[in-house]
Amino acid sequence: MAKRIDLKDVDIYYGAFHAVQNVNLTVIPRSVTAFIGPSGCGKSTVLRTLNRMHEEIAGARVEGEILLDGENIYDRGTDAVAVRRTIGMVFQMPNPFPTMSVRDNVVAGLKLQGVRDKKKLDEVCEASLRGANLWKEVKDRLDKPGGGLSGGQQQRLCIARAIAVQPDVLLMDEPCSALDPISTLAIEDLIADLKKEYTIVIVTHNMQQAARVSDQTGFFNLEATGKPGHLVEIDDTEKIFSNPTQQATEDYISGRFG
Amino acid sequence: MSERIEQRAPGSEGEEDPIVPSSSPVPESTPRRAPSSRRGESVFRFLASGSGVLVVAAIALIGLFLLIQAVPSLMANNANFFTSPEFSTGDANNLSFGIRDLFLVTVFSSVFALVLAMPVALGVALFLTNYAPKQLSRPFAYVVDLLAAVPSIIYGLWGILVLAPAIEPIARWLNTNLGWIFLFRTGNLPVLSGTIFTGGVVLAVMILPIITAVSREVFAQTPRFQIEAAKALGATRWEVIRMATLPYGRSGYIAGSMLGLGRALGETIAVLIVIRASTSPMTFSLFDGGYTFASLIASAASEFSQPLPTGAYISAGLVLFVLTFVVNALARVIAGGKVNG
Amino acid sequence: MSTVTGADLERPASEPPTRRISLSRRIKDNVATVLVSLAFLIAVVPLVWVLVTVVSRGAPALFSADWWGTSLSGILPEEYEGGVYHAIYGTLIQALIATVIAVPIGILAAIYLVEYGRGALARTTSFMVDILAGVPSIVAALFVFAAFISILGAPQSAFMVSLALVLLMLPVVIRNTEEMLRLVPDRLRESAYALGIPKWKTILRIVLPTAFSGTVTGVMLAIARIMGETAPVLVLVGYSRAINYDPFQGNMASLPLLMYSELSNPEAAGQYRIWGAALTLIIIIMIFQVGASLLSRFSAIPK
Ligand SMILES: Nc1ncnc2c1ncn2[C@@H]1O[C@H](COP(=O)(O)OP(=O)(O)OP(=O)(O)O)[C@@H](O)[C@H]1O
Ligand SMILES: [Mg+2]
Repeated sequence: MAKRIDLKDVDIYYGAFHAVQNVNLTVIPRSVTAFIGPSGCGKSTVLRTLNRMHEEIAGARVEGEILLDGENIYDRGTDAVAVRRTIGMVFQMPNPFPTMSVRDNVVAGLKLQGVRDKKKLDEVCEASLRGANLWKEVKDRLDKPGGGLSGGQQQRLCIARAIAVQPDVLLMDEPCSALDPISTLAIEDLIADLKKEYTIVIVTHNMQQAARVSDQTGFFNLEATGKPGHLVEIDDTEKIFSNPTQQATEDYISGRFG
Repeated sequence: MSERIEQRAPGSEGEEDPIVPSSSPVPESTPRRAPSSRRGESVFRFLASGSGVLVVAAIALIGLFLLIQAVPSLMANNANFFTSPEFSTGDANNLSFGIRDLFLVTVFSSVFALVLAMPVALGVALFLTNYAPKQLSRPFAYVVDLLAAVPSIIYGLWGILVLAPAIEPIARWLNTNLGWIFLFRTGNLPVLSGTIFTGGVVLAVMILPIITAVSREVFAQTPRFQIEAAKALGATRWEVIRMATLPYGRSGYIAGSMLGLGRALGETIAVLIVIRASTSPMTFSLFDGGYTFASLIASAASEFSQPLPTGAYISAGLVLFVLTFVVNALARVIAGGKVNG
Repeated sequence: MSTVTGADLERPASEPPTRRISLSRRIKDNVATVLVSLAFLIAVVPLVWVLVTVVSRGAPALFSADWWGTSLSGILPEEYEGGVYHAIYGTLIQALIATVIAVPIGILAAIYLVEYGRGALARTTSFMVDILAGVPSIVAALFVFAAFISILGAPQSAFMVSLALVLLMLPVVIRNTEEMLRLVPDRLRESAYALGIPKWKTILRIVLPTAFSGTVTGVMLAIARIMGETAPVLVLVGYSRAINYDPFQGNMASLPLLMYSELSNPEAAGQYRIWGAALTLIIIIMIFQVGASLLSRFSAIPK
């Protein structure tokens, strides 16, 4: 079920603003791909094109091809809703539905798909919460509103919500940036677990995190503000962090970045 | 007036009640400031707070003066004020008035209007915030707001002369086919137009813009992260509304509907023109006629000469005032901080 | 730990890369789209219907020679003659007097709420502004009747109408001004304080001018709202078929009052005058509405 994504000559725009230029890369199934780079270089933008969330912004558009197991998700006949059903997403700020209970949050996606069987829903709820390392903490308050959990718990709740629908790919945009170190470790462990079954793409500002969790790392950069961002290189994480091909990557990783 | 010099930044905490002069004089921090400037500050502050107090006083005075004028008539009333359906003030020495039918007609017409307007307003507000193309959403909203700019007397004229004949067949159909439901049985009028039914439709049109405006504003404030959470799960447009927009905007929609109800309860001239008077009491049918609080007062306005009969109408006005006060206060409480006005 | 088992939904052997959404969900989504668009159409119908009615029935009167320049003095009910300038005058003067009283009070009250108001009194004031906004016009009229005419013994007059209109205008003016004042960036206020300018002068010289055009927009919308009010004129002033320039005594016509009194005219000329007056009223209101929205284009506050 884990799927491969290929980006071919992808250009991304916000209205007239050319945000990201000419990206070519492959996301490998059952592995973790990390995007790193300075702020504003377009990491989130690229990530959001992978499940067609980008087009929700007025005037935003994408050129080039994004292939999910060989099929262009931007094809005319393909429905954005169906794409998002297949490719789950976890956001930088935890965003559970505040008025829904913990249980309803987790199974929200399944309910959308018309699963009504209470037993099945409860099973998935427990499995997903266990998968997100949250079950022990919330099993006694599944009926309390999701907005009442701590930040780290909310983020793991959002991960549980994303994996409950068994997506083929999981996108994570700085999932730990609002969390304390302990919750961060919990989520990193979780990512290591999840990659056995899912394709994962993660954006992070934390170089150690990228080094710890990812199998391959893409470095994005931009020449100057106002210029489009671009992919400098993408390679095995070990190689990027020990012996990158490009000088810019080397500078960024060693902190000699201007 | 207090001698203090106002130098704090806006938004910082000040004393609790600005118009109460502070008892301990604050030492002058800037001795060179011209005294006229200090006087200017306190005069200006006095005027501003005074205007604020005036608004509070206005509401209190409305209640007080209506009460003062109503009490003598209520004392002289021969009928039970709350349960009597008649309202006869022709003989100043033998007043006999009650608000039962006024209350019923007012509530029936307003609630019927609300039932018609709420779903439409919900649809319009969702259309404007979630469906209309971005560039068109503002002009479209303006068009709906224009509904509120049409004076109520024009709605009244249109309601009785144009709309009433047009919807009479609907009334007839309801009466014939659903007449076994008490709401649709033949009422206290010989005809089926100019009824509470007709009036309710006109009122629905009149309160539609306010419910829409409030709901639209709240729906538009739905946090982006909630919308994105739903979309990222693969929710369709309608499902996003169900999961994010409606849970967030529900209280605003209800508050807007309460404001609309308040408008309908107090609407005067359109109701006076549209709903026919009836000589027999209200029968709990939508095809009844009669007076609402507001329309009764307006209908008798030209005869406000003797104090006692006038006081009878003022007591009806007092009840209407209390009713709208409660409804509007509820709207504000429900809305919390989300709605203004 | 066994990772997620999730929903073991039956999947076809060779599944397509993106999973389809079910037919019933798509139908629901489309039905919702249709219903919501339909609701908007339903809302537009009465607006168009009312406007078409008023324009088509009212236009003949507006093109008659006397309409804008004469009153109905000496005109018989059945005659298609005379005009409504006496009623236009009444409508405008009553609104003008109300505006002159309501605007300073409203602006000051808004300044109080935004710049000075703290604590319980401010909260009460803000609450009462909302309540006042919901007070029916007939109640406002009754209040003026009870307080000024019954108790103080003032005569019925256009001025009494204006007093009732003040109550109806105030909340609109206060809320609009308040909103404009809150949009003025604190940076502007702080830079004035830093120069040693006292708070009240800062408000008068810097904050109010910045919010000026927005405030004027609010005032014009408030005027547009009160000019069509009928309940106060019914209770507080008698109708006159001739011009009366004095707002402090005597009967005075206004467009709504003229329409209401012509309602009891059984002749066809009555209808002619009613719709003519309705169209005239709508035109005057539209002038203020459009003026307000044109002004609000220029009311954007520099960030
Ligand atoms: N909604 C938007 N409308 C217009 N421009 C946008 C929008 N979102 C982002 N941009 C622009 O696109 C460029 C890339 O932004 P993006 O958010 O992808 O950067 P990022 O690499 O994720 O940065 P960060 O590390 O700070 O999150 C930036 O120049 C940004 O200003
Ligand atoms: Mg980002």
